[in-house]
Amino acid sequence: MDVSQYLEIFIDESKEHLQSLNTCLLALENKPSDKDLINEVFRSAHTLKGMAATMGFKRMNQLTHDMENVLSEIRLGNMSIDPILLDTMFKCLDALEQYVDSIVQTGNEGENEYKAIIDALNAALNGEKKPAEETKKTETIVSQSTKTDEIVNERKHQALVFTDFERHAVVQAKKENLKSYGITIYLSEGCVLKSARAFIIFRTLEKLGSIIKSDPAVQDIEDEKFEFDFSVVVVSSEGEEKFLHDLGNIAEVEKVLIDEVDLDTAMTVPVSDDDDDLRDEDDEHQKGRTKDSDSKSANKPVTNRTVRVDIERLDTLMNLVSELIIIKNGLLTVENTNTNFSEQIEYLERITTNLHDAVMKVRMVPIERVFNRFPRLIRDLSRKLNKQMVLHMSGEETELDRTVIDEIGDPLVHLIRNAGDHGLETPDTRVRSGKDATGNVYLKAYQDGNNVVIEVGEDGAGIDVAKVKNKAINSGAISYDQASTMSDQEIIDLLFRPSFSTADKISDVSGRGVGLDVVKTKIEALGGIIEVKTALGKGSTFIIRLPLTLAIIQALMVQLNEEKYAIPLNSIQNIEDVKISDIKYIQGSEVINLRGRVIPIIRLHDKLDLKAQNENKTSITVVIVNKGDKLAGFVVDSLIGQQEIVIKTLGKYLTNLRMIAGATILGDGEVALILDVNSLV
Amino acid sequence: MDKNENAQKMELSQFIVVNLGVEQYGINIQYVQNIVRMINITRVPKAPYYIKGVVNLRGDIIPVMSIRLKFDMEEDVLSDSTRIIFVKLEGNEIGLIVDEVKEVIQLSDADIDNISREAHEEKDAYVFGVGKIGESLVTLLNIDELIKVSDPLKA
Repeated sequence: MDVSQYLEIFIDESKEHLQSLNTCLLALENKPSDKDLINEVFRSAHTLKGMAATMGFKRMNQLTHDMENVLSEIRLGNMSIDPILLDTMFKCLDALEQYVDSIVQTGNEGENEYKAIIDALNAALNGEKKPAEETKKTETIVSQSTKTDEIVNERKHQALVFTDFERHAVVQAKKENLKSYGITIYLSEGCVLKSARAFIIFRTLEKLGSIIKSDPAVQDIEDEKFEFDFSVVVVSSEGEEKFLHDLGNIAEVEKVLIDEVDLDTAMTVPVSDDDDDLRDEDDEHQKGRTKDSDSKSANKPVTNRTVRVDIERLDTLMNLVSELIIIKNGLLTVENTNTNFSEQIEYLERITTNLHDAVMKVRMVPIERVFNRFPRLIRDLSRKLNKQMVLHMSGEETELDRTVIDEIGDPLVHLIRNAGDHGLETPDTRVRSGKDATGNVYLKAYQDGNNVVIEVGEDGAGIDVAKVKNKAINSGAISYDQASTMSDQEIIDLLFRPSFSTADKISDVSGRGVGLDVVKTKIEALGGIIEVKTALGKGSTFIIRLPLTLAIIQALMVQLNEEKYAIPLNSIQNIEDVKISDIKYIQGSEVINLRGRVIPIIRLHDKLDLKAQNENKTSITVVIVNKGDKLAGFVVDSLIGQQEIVIKTLGKYLTNLRMIAGATILGDGEVALILDVNSLV
Repeated sequence: MDKNENAQKMELSQFIVVNLGVEQYGINIQYVQNIVRMINITRVPKAPYYIKGVVNLRGDIIPVMSIRLKFDMEEDVLSDSTRIIFVKLEGNEIGLIVDEVKEVIQLSDADIDNISREAHEEKDAYVFGVGKIGESLVTLLNIDELIKVSDPLKA
C-alpha cells in the first residue's frame, strides 16, 4: 500500500503522541500510581505502535512495541514504576523522536535500533533492574512439534504463533476469569468486498471482547491481502455460543470455528512481533546493527508544512466567502435597483475585514506546541546539572503565526538551557545567598498589542556587568575607553555579539553568550527583537518580542516627496515634531536630544535617493524607530496614517535590496514599499 | 525572400513586433503573459538603473524594466501608445516597457538570420537574430538573456 500520502499526518500525529507521552511520564514521575496517567501513556504508545506499523517503520514499531509490553504490565499492576524505568521510558521517547525527525528529513526512519533501550525494556519486563545482555532469548519456543501445518486442519487458529506479549494477555485474561478464544472465520467464496465484510466481523468481535491477535494482520485484511479465511484470538467474557451466533448472523460468513486457547499447545516466538514481515527484517538487524547513522542529510524535508485548523475557523471562512458572493451579486444589480451604493460598500468592507481576521486566525497556532517540551527539558537539565529547578509557565494559549512557531523553538531551548545552566546557581550557593535551594525558571508568553512577548527568566545570580566588561576588554571586543563610556545595558548587549559567543573563556565566566548571537539573529529574522534585563543577585530575564504574524502587519504610511512608504508599526516608538534648531551635530552626523536621550537622525530622502525639498521649514516630522534598544529618527515629509498592510515580496529581480523589506498594495491599487528598519538604523 | 507556400510548412514562430524609437524589435510570443497600457510604476530605490520600479498587476507585485535603458538608449518617452509587455520565464515575471506594440508576425526559420555569437557588446547578447518581413527588418530579442537576473546591485 502506498502510504506516502499519509506521511504528513503520521508525522503530525506522532509528534502529538510523543508530546502527550512526555507530559504524562513527567506527571507520572510525581504520581507513580496514577491509573489514568498510566492508561493514557499506554494508549498513546499503542497508537504510536499501530501507526508506525501501518507506515512500515519497522524499527519504530519494534521499539514502541517493547515499550507497550512494559506499559501493559504496569497497567495490569504486575510492575511498578521506578525512576530507573522512567529514565528508560524517557530514553525511549528520545529515540522515537529521533526516528520521527529522521522521517521528516529523509522519509525513512534510519538505521538506528536503540538496542540498549530495547534491552533495558525487556530487562525491566523480566523483573531485572539492570539491562541484561541476553534478555531476548529468555523466552524460548514452546512449540509442540506435533502441531504442524499438516495436522492443523481447518482450525487454523490453532496454528497461530503467539508472541510473548500476546501470551501475557492470554494469561492475564485467565486471571481475570476471561476466556480466550481462537476463531477461524471462512467467508463464502463469492464474497466481493472481503475487506468490508471483515471489517463488520471485527466490529462484531470487538463488541463481544477484545481482539489480541489476528492472522493475517489487521492491516493486511483491510487491504484484502487474504484468501477467504482469517483467524483471530479474542479475549472475552462471553461464551462460545454467543460468538457462533453473532458471527453466523453476518452475511457471507460461511463457517465459524472456535476453540478456547490452550497456551500449552500454542506456539510462542521469542521475538515479539505482530506483523509477520518483521521477522525477516529482524535477522538483518542482528547483523547490521551498531551503525548509528545519525546522518544529517542535507536533504530537504520530505513533507510540506501543514497547519491543523479548527473546523469552526474554516466554517467562519466559508460563511464569509458566501457573504462575499452575496455582496458581489448585490453590486451587480446596484445600477438597476438603485439601492444605496455606499451601503453596499460598507457591507463589503465589513466582510473583508472579517475575512482577513479569519484567515489570520487560520494561520495561528497556540504557543503551547513549543512550550510543551520544556518541562521535560527542565527535568533533564536538573538531573544533568544537579540543580533543583522548577519551571513556571504561563500564557501557553497565546497564539502565533505558524511560521514563527516553527522557528521559535530552538532559540527558546537555548535560552532555557542558558537559564538553567548559567543563570541559576548551584543549590549550595543559593542557600548561602539566602535563597531557596530550588531555582525557578519562568517562561511567560503574552500578547502585547500587535506583538507577542515571550519572556525567559530565572531567579539566579544575574549577569555580572563588571565581569563582562573586563572580559570584553581583555578579548579586544571593545577598547578600555569605549568600555568606560558604555552604559551597563550596552555592556550586557555585548553578549549578543558573535565575537562573544565564540570565545569560550568569556562564556564560561560570564555564564552567558554561547550562541546568543545565533538566538538574536534568528529572532531578528522573524522580525522580532530580543533584550535582557538583569539584576545582580536576583536573576535575569530575556525578553523576546515577535510580530503576531508575518504576512499582515500594521504599518505607518508616510509620505516622502511624491512617494509613499510603509514603516512597520512594531518598530515605531513614537512620532515627534522637531524644530530644525534642535538638531545638533555629533561627529558630523545629525542627532536630536529627546527627553535626555541622544538619537541619531536619518534623512530618508538621502537614503532613498530622493531630492529633499522645503529646506526652509522650521520643524520636521521625525518617526522614532527602534531596533532592539537602539533608537533612530526617520525624517519624513508627512504622515498619512496607520494601516494594515499585506506584505509581498519584490520578486527575484530585486532581492538584494537592503532598506526595502517588501511591498504592499494600497487601497487605490498603487504599490508602496515597506522600509526595513533594521537595515536602515 | 518573399513568403511562399513552402515556408508555411516549416517551423513557424510568432513574434510580437514592438517599436523602440525608430527600431523594430520582436518578442517571441511564447513568453508573453500580458500586454497592458502604461500604469503607474512605483520607483524602487537602489534598484538597478534599468529597473523602473514595480507595478501591481492584479494583486501581484512585478518589476518593470526599461529596454531602452538596458540598451543605453535615451529614456522612455511616455505616450498613449506606450505599453508594458509582461513576460515570464522560469517562473520569473517581469514587465518590459515599449514605445508601441505594432503587430504579431509569423516567421519561419528561413526568415530568421541568426546573429553570430561573437558579439562583443553586451547589448548584442540580448539579440538572437534578425527577422525579415517583406522589406523591413525586425531585431529579435533574446528574452532569456535580457531578463536574466544579473547582479541586482550593479548600477
